[in-house]
Amino acid sequence: MEKLVSLTASACPLNVANLNTDQLLPARFLKWPRSAGIGKVLLHDLRFDAEQRERPDFPLNRPAWRDAKIVVGGRNFGCGSSREAAVYALYDYGVRCVIAPSFGDIFSGNAIQNGLLTAIVSDDDAAALMAALEAKPDQPVTVDLEQQIILCGNTTYPFTVDPVRRMRLLNGWDDIDITDSYRDRIAAFKADDRTRRPWATPRATS
Amino acid sequence: MIAPQTLFDKLWASHEIARREDGEALLWVDRHYVHEGSFHAFSQVKARGRPVAEPGLTFGVADHYVPTRGSRRAIANPEIARMVRQVEENTAANHVTLFGLDDPRQGIVHVVGPEQGLTLPGLLIGCGDSHTSTHGALGAYAFGIGASEVAHVLMTQTIWQRKPTRMRVTVDGKVAPGITAKDIVLAIIAQIGADGATGCAIEFAGAAIRGLSMEGRLTLCNMSIEAGARCGMVAPDATTFAYLRGRPYAPAGADFDRAVKQWSALVTDGGAAFDREVTLDAAAIAPIVTWGTSPEDALPIDASVPDPAREPDEARADYLRGALAYMGIAPGQKLTDVAVDRVFIGSCTNSRIEDLRAAAAVLAGRVSKVPGLVSAGSSLVKRQAEEEGLDHIFRNAGLEWGESGCSMCVGINGDLVAPGERCASTTNRNFRGRQGPGARTHLMSPAMVAAAAVTGHLADVRVLMAGRKI
Ligand code: SF4
Repeated sequence: MEKLVSLTASACPLNVANLNTDQLLPARFLKWPRSAGIGKVLLHDLRFDAEQRERPDFPLNRPAWRDAKIVVGGRNFGCGSSREAAVYALYDYGVRCVIAPSFGDIFSGNAIQNGLLTAIVSDDDAAALMAALEAKPDQPVTVDLEQQIILCGNTTYPFTVDPVRRMRLLNGWDDIDITDSYRDRIAAFKADDRTRRPWATPRATS
Repeated sequence: MIAPQTLFDKLWASHEIARREDGEALLWVDRHYVHEGSFHAFSQVKARGRPVAEPGLTFGVADHYVPTRGSRRAIANPEIARMVRQVEENTAANHVTLFGLDDPRQGIVHVVGPEQGLTLPGLLIGCGDSHTSTHGALGAYAFGIGASEVAHVLMTQTIWQRKPTRMRVTVDGKVAPGITAKDIVLAIIAQIGADGATGCAIEFAGAAIRGLSMEGRLTLCNMSIEAGARCGMVAPDATTFAYLRGRPYAPAGADFDRAVKQWSALVTDGGAAFDREVTLDAAAIAPIVTWGTSPEDALPIDASVPDPAREPDEARADYLRGALAYMGIAPGQKLTDVAVDRVFIGSCTNSRIEDLRAAAAVLAGRVSKVPGLVSAGSSLVKRQAEEEGLDHIFRNAGLEWGESGCSMCVGINGDLVAPGERCASTTNRNFRGRQGPGARTHLMSPAMVAAAAVTGHLADVRVLMAGRKI
């Protein structure tokens, strides 16, 4: 996993509450292997019309925000389906951080597995950030994970992030490497559990 | 003396292998379900060159992409055919049991797990699908995970989790006749919001919940995720044990009785504390339908949709305008005036035998005014429905009787609602484009979908059932 310490980039406001993973990546693209270029179809049905033409008024299609590495979203961002490919789509498009008042649980879990930061700000700060970006679309935004602050113009906004996820992002750690160091404890748990909860093993295979 | 514990605390404690100082715990996974969509995870496992740690605890199904019409093997779309083939190859290569296309036990993962007795009280269950919360209906700790977590479970049979906060939703009293688990859960989501339970493990309690059948509890827990919850659960009781006895993978004989003893302790102790409590009065719940593009946009059938002009909060008014425009509904329109173009009965929310019976009870001797598809939750449910003659009722009503799979819930097998078309659906998500680009979805119970079918518009099933047995 790629580390993330601090990031300065253009930031695109997406002022939609409950933006779900079906919208981030419509179901018909779930068949695609990641190598097919999932970033191209991020938010497909919002970015493009039925004739595959870009909708010019969609924020991510506006010149200032086309290359956004940061997205500022509404409450419950990434709710819905557990599809991790929604995170691949954001990441492969180039997005490294989503800022929102709240996130779908599974989405934020998937995000951290892939080095995408989900930064939680207050409702008021999310609204203020969006307003600032609407007013001055091409100003860069800095997200500093070490200090847990967002800088936009002369204003700083604090954000929260799960401390474990913060550590993992700062260091670029993969879960599986950490788990492997617990191998003995896993084996001991398993042996003990077989006597403690014998019914937990499926009958036909035991 | 140990402090009183909630059901969730007990489930959590019995799976904790280790806890780090930062609060994340490594948990043992008892059951792991995979499906066609798990291919990203299998690629990750392969890329690391590792075996599946516990192939005997992992079970695969083909559900999301399988055809529901015509010959199941003759899949015209090569990409869809590849998805079904991939899950066969990935499970075979890793010695994982698959309930595949040709298996009589095939069906939707969240229907098959309980049906086979794989899902049991006290288990921790993971699956790369958000509606894994369904399995909590049996008193399990079950939650949806992403592809990287699926890969992690495959390689280690464990998962890292931060303990969710505990929420109890108590539904007191007794529901009126004709009110189902779907109405209860939509009422809950309407009350607390689509993110009302984010980060929470919900325990459903109260007389109205205890009174639900296993099928009803599965519907209820299925939709916990639509309130943002990590998982939902109902403490196991006599209903649970009766449901499980004799199921293929459940313990048998004396083992079953011993298990029941241990399972019976899986209840919230008197005086145990929850982080949040929500209470509903069952008697006040009417048949509910959704009108908008989030499951929280749910109202009793006799209501009218909101009017943005009367909404003081500008952001909320904006949301209402957007949702109504997408749904093609006029502000303030009465729900019963909304005409539907098609119906769908199926999905892991409402496709079990009891759901099909409820829809058939309304449809018997009647004809649907609109086309529609009925897809049983599993091939076994389909067979049982045929033994009971329900398929005739559906066919005689003019509905299509399909094979089992996710079908029109998400449309990735090609069962789509056309752009602009309005579908009365027993599914769980009315998101924009969920049933196909531009599709308009109204969520409701199977009986309410049947009522919409025979009237051609959203309708109160209680009127149609007057004089009939429910
Ligand atoms: S039926 Fe729908 S919600 Fe359930 S697992 Fe299939 S796609 Fe997901």
